[in-house]
Amino acid sequence: MKFHLLLIVTLLAMGSGMAGAKPFVPDDDGQVLERLPFFTFSPEMRELRAWRNDLADNPGDRRLAVRLAWRYVELGRAEADPRYYGYAQAALAPWWNESQPAPEVLLLRATLRQNRHDFSEALADLEKLLKVRPRAAQAWLTRAVILGVQGDYPQALRSCLALSRLATELLANACSGSILGVVGQAQASYRMLDAVLAENPEADSRERLWALTVLAETAARLGQPQAAERHFQQALALGLRDVYVLAAYADFLLDENRPAAVSALLADDIRPDSLLLRLALAEQRLHSPQAGQYRDTLRARIQASRLRGDTTHLGNEARFALELAGQPDEALRLALANWSVQREPVDARLVLEAALAAHAPSAARPVLDWLEKTGLEDVRLAALSQNLRRELRP
Amino acid sequence: MTIRKPILAILLLIALPSIGWAHKPSDSYLNIMLTPDAVAVRWDIALRDLEYALGLDKDGDGTITWGELRARQQAIAAYALAHLNADTAGTACAPQAERHAVENHGDGAYAVLFFDWNCPHPTAPLNLDYRLFFDLDPLHRGLVQARVNGETQTAVLSPENPRLTVQPGGLGVWRQFAQYWREGVWHIGLGFDHLLFLLTLLLPAVLYRDGDGWRPAPDLRTVSLAVAGIVTAFTVAHSITLSAAVLGWISLPSRLVESAIAITVLLAALNNLYPLVRTRRWLLAFGLGLIHGFGFAGVLAELGLPSRTLGLALAGFNLGVECGQLAVVALLLPLAFALRGSWFYRRGALQLGSLSVAAIASFWFLERI
Repeated sequence: MKFHLLLIVTLLAMGSGMAGAKPFVPDDDGQVLERLPFFTFSPEMRELRAWRNDLADNPGDRRLAVRLAWRYVELGRAEADPRYYGYAQAALAPWWNESQPAPEVLLLRATLRQNRHDFSEALADLEKLLKVRPRAAQAWLTRAVILGVQGDYPQALRSCLALSRLATELLANACSGSILGVVGQAQASYRMLDAVLAENPEADSRERLWALTVLAETAARLGQPQAAERHFQQALALGLRDVYVLAAYADFLLDENRPAAVSALLADDIRPDSLLLRLALAEQRLHSPQAGQYRDTLRARIQASRLRGDTTHLGNEARFALELAGQPDEALRLALANWSVQREPVDARLVLEAALAAHAPSAARPVLDWLEKTGLEDVRLAALSQNLRRELRP
Repeated sequence: MTIRKPILAILLLIALPSIGWAHKPSDSYLNIMLTPDAVAVRWDIALRDLEYALGLDKDGDGTITWGELRARQQAIAAYALAHLNADTAGTACAPQAERHAVENHGDGAYAVLFFDWNCPHPTAPLNLDYRLFFDLDPLHRGLVQARVNGETQTAVLSPENPRLTVQPGGLGVWRQFAQYWREGVWHIGLGFDHLLFLLTLLLPAVLYRDGDGWRPAPDLRTVSLAVAGIVTAFTVAHSITLSAAVLGWISLPSRLVESAIAITVLLAALNNLYPLVRTRRWLLAFGLGLIHGFGFAGVLAELGLPSRTLGLALAGFNLGVECGQLAVVALLLPLAFALRGSWFYRRGALQLGSLSVAAIASFWFLERI
């Protein structure tokens, strides 16, 4: 009977997304239950709380609301934590549902919509904004990023070009480099961006971070791991916390078969799901005792996201199914669903890998055609494509 | 005003979509159990959200301790319940009997708030209006699970869609019957000890005892009769005790029942090795089957039983158990019949099989006693 009940309880727990132990009542007042991402009494948090209180007293103060919202967006970006995007939206509540709010609000709304993958609504907001403020550099950049993610490279490049008259040389080159790097001009754009970076040693560190990340990813795609490693190290040395860069570097290390380095890089940095995923993959390859625990935590988080009905995590989910859960068919389904929303090289790779694992090479056909059309240079994608084409041949 | 440090602001957006939201957004888990007598609620709310709304980290060190949480429990309950209203037929339900605990979910620690809703019209639909954190974080969602008569209704509540109506006894009679029938089939599949008991009894059904050895039974008719006898006897026996236990006529401690079930499996296995009951093995099935009924009753009690349609649930569950058994028998009997003449069946399946069953049953017994 014990076996029975245990199973039933487990199934119920899984079904309800209530993974984890039963509720408990600690017996020690000193027991730490939760670690917050920031020191509550740090100067930054104090300032943020002060602004929040001011805004609560004057909810119609648009300047204050916009300033607070940007601060939250910065935090959300650094931590890849959607809670902050929610706080930012709350600050803009009085104007959120207007069809033509002030340009500052439009830009923030586009940013927040982009973050939850409402790409078409975000683009619509940017169009409205660019109509009244054609020189709004931010809007052009955001537009370029969204179009790049959607795989509309000509339009994305056009936005980067507009940027070259409005922003710094480094920023404009990082923008076009990120697009040209995936449309068959990787060598040239890499050399160009590398040179511009060298000529601008005083550039803003955020801009340098982006440029270095673009360089690192381009070098990795071109099959130059030493250069990629160097750029990633330079990016990390800037000391700006950025979950995207950490995840990209971890992916690179996994590809280079250096799981121990991933383990050291991410050590206890498992708050973001994307980093937990990379750490779980590394620990699995190292056969470490924690591997199972990381995998289970990740599975619980994925189940919780499903309850909510989010689609922003399809990529993570596909990779979990493919590499940690050993479910290639499920992985292929998720990877294709993800591909219908975003089309970056990592998204293409997921489809190819899942199609190979699931022995369904024909499912990868749209991605193979797309790769041929764009002329994407990527040594790993090229190898995968070759394998798939071999299987597709009768 | 123009945006502070525009370039910096721009760079926040770059390339983010490829990793998606790396964190789980803010959710609370609202579990509601509706019975004719009460509405029992369990509500899990993330400590991070409570910190943002109420400020739990009193010493400002970036951690929330049990002491800090405990000090604010009343404030938490008051805040949470002020943002969740329930009513039946337009009259509000009053929360009562609040209890507090903690739970670790995959993304961090949650405060767990247990309470009951005292509703003036318990048979009317329950209307929920959820507003927690929507003013602070419009991306927050309330993930609701309402359980009525073993059926679960789920909903995701958002600022655009903050209301939910839960129908009491939302299940029609036949759907309820089908629900319990499914549970019955399910439990025969999971209830390894019941299945093992039955299979052990059936192992020699394709043979007959001749002196000191086993010989293959002459034809399918004889075998089918023997199998039907055993299955029917087991069924009748556990139906009797299952009903008696569910209706509250007999009540046995579950540890005793579990240990006794292990013994029945052991006895069935030993009887194959050293046959005492040789011809009327259905008697054995009946006698020992009585004990298994108490085991099923334990499972059914865990599921929760509707008080108004108890008989229906009982019948559905029992029928499910029988169907599950018959499916297994129908699957294995032809195989056993085909193999009955072989040395493999008599030595391997019957002798070694029974020996292993005896070993497993002994282990269960020691574990459960």
